[in-house]
Amino acid sequence: MYARGVSGIGIFDIIGPIMIGPSSSHTAGAIRIGRLARYILGEEPRKAHIFLHGSFARTFRGHGTDKALVAGLLGLTVDDERVRDALDLAREKGLEVHWGFKDLGEVHPNSVELDLSGEQNHVKVLASSIGGGEILLSRLDGFRIEFSGKLPGLVAVYPDQRGVVAQVASVLACHEINIATMRVSRERAGGRALMAVETDQEISQPARQALLSLPMLEKIAILPRV
Amino acid sequence: MPSFKSTHELLYMIREKGLALSEAAQEWEKEVSGRELTEIRQEMRERLLVMRQAARKGLEGNIKSPSGLIGGGGRLLEQARKENKLVSGATTARAITIALAIAEVNACMGKIVAAPTAGSCGILPGVLLALEEERKLSEETVIDGMLAAAAVGVVMASMASFSGAALGCQAEVGAASAMAAAATVEMAGGSPLQALDAAAIALKGLMGLVCDPVGGLVEIPCVKRNALGAAHALAAADIALAGLKSFIPLEEVIAAMVEVGKSLPSSLRETAEGGIAACPTAKKIASRLT
Repeated sequence: MYARGVSGIGIFDIIGPIMIGPSSSHTAGAIRIGRLARYILGEEPRKAHIFLHGSFARTFRGHGTDKALVAGLLGLTVDDERVRDALDLAREKGLEVHWGFKDLGEVHPNSVELDLSGEQNHVKVLASSIGGGEILLSRLDGFRIEFSGKLPGLVAVYPDQRGVVAQVASVLACHEINIATMRVSRERAGGRALMAVETDQEISQPARQALLSLPMLEKIAILPRV
Repeated sequence: MPSFKSTHELLYMIREKGLALSEAAQEWEKEVSGRELTEIRQEMRERLLVMRQAARKGLEGNIKSPSGLIGGGGRLLEQARKENKLVSGATTARAITIALAIAEVNACMGKIVAAPTAGSCGILPGVLLALEEERKLSEETVIDGMLAAAAVGVVMASMASFSGAALGCQAEVGAASAMAAAATVEMAGGSPLQALDAAAIALKGLMGLVCDPVGGLVEIPCVKRNALGAAHALAAADIALAGLKSFIPLEEVIAAMVEVGKSLPSSLRETAEGGIAACPTAKKIASRLT
């Protein structure tokens, strides 16, 4: 009957969070998805193609899901009162947004596909808002992934070969950063691979430098908590 | 002071040792977060400030939701209240006014404190701020009320979900009303047992409430249900303060709510396919939205 012990829920999960309404799943969760996508891109987004699925597609206007996603792409937080004006803000900041609807298949009803470009990078992610403001990133550039944004971490793309995971793990260990979860997936043996790591501590500046200098990684994004 | 390992222990300390709900919540949070008491109360104070700001904004009433359906209701209630036109008594009238105003701010993409959800965010502050004003309570007492509400919320969260999509509106407005009822009893000087009973009585009264938002939006009937949930909380608190006991203890009521929620068809769990959302007028409104 008492499923969760003391390690679980705190009183500020009950009286909180402080957020922009109206909906933790359709607004707060959408902001967090936008933020996570922004950090994965790793630079200021210039162009976004956003495809809404299911309940997101049906009720986006009334819940302000469109504004929330764009607010997140601009780096706003769930309690920022500028969320309401995010579409105007995007125009001011030179972020070009294109909207569409798409059946994304067997995914959560509150799902969205974001195709983002900046000056340097391009990334395509699929994420869902799974309730209570919680999110799940499930696809990144065609790779399967599971990332909740609750913890900081990193995602990296590299040619599938021995030792890469160990190198990343050892850099983190050297900088006293504990790995909470790690997931690796690949196109095929010896093809390109993706690792998603969630950590208990934010990845510090020195750790970031060390990770960026690892030669085997084709791409790496350092992700704060969103 | 005790260190809690489970909500079972939390309830034991309240029932057997007479610990106030607010103290129980503080001890719980110390255990969860490792933070000091003053820090915990300060964070609660900051959330109370956001609640006050949301109330003010909703009462001024210059807001409109993206659908155009919601906004200005809080101002109408406030005017009527000031002109002494409302019949429900000073505290209740103020509570429903603030609760509705804050629920409107939520619908209009304003800043609120989820308590426990965004859809039910008006109920607790409605009750807290009305009691503060009408009974001239100190801010510390209001913070105790928030903590008492949180104690009930923690017990509920350990056994149930607050998601309307999972368990219906009983888990949102019902939960918020139960939390607000407990807060009311503690702020009014009732006993810890009375506070738990008030929560149980409130939750029993909203057992089975379905989640049926018109067009899927947190607007109709959600905004007005916040006002009603606040009045309901005050009534449940009055029953407990008068010394009537809940025959069924809180955790059994929560367990029953979970079972009822699970047995609700999906059309009554936030899908906008049943209940109020399926009324002909509701469908007409929804068809104009997209």
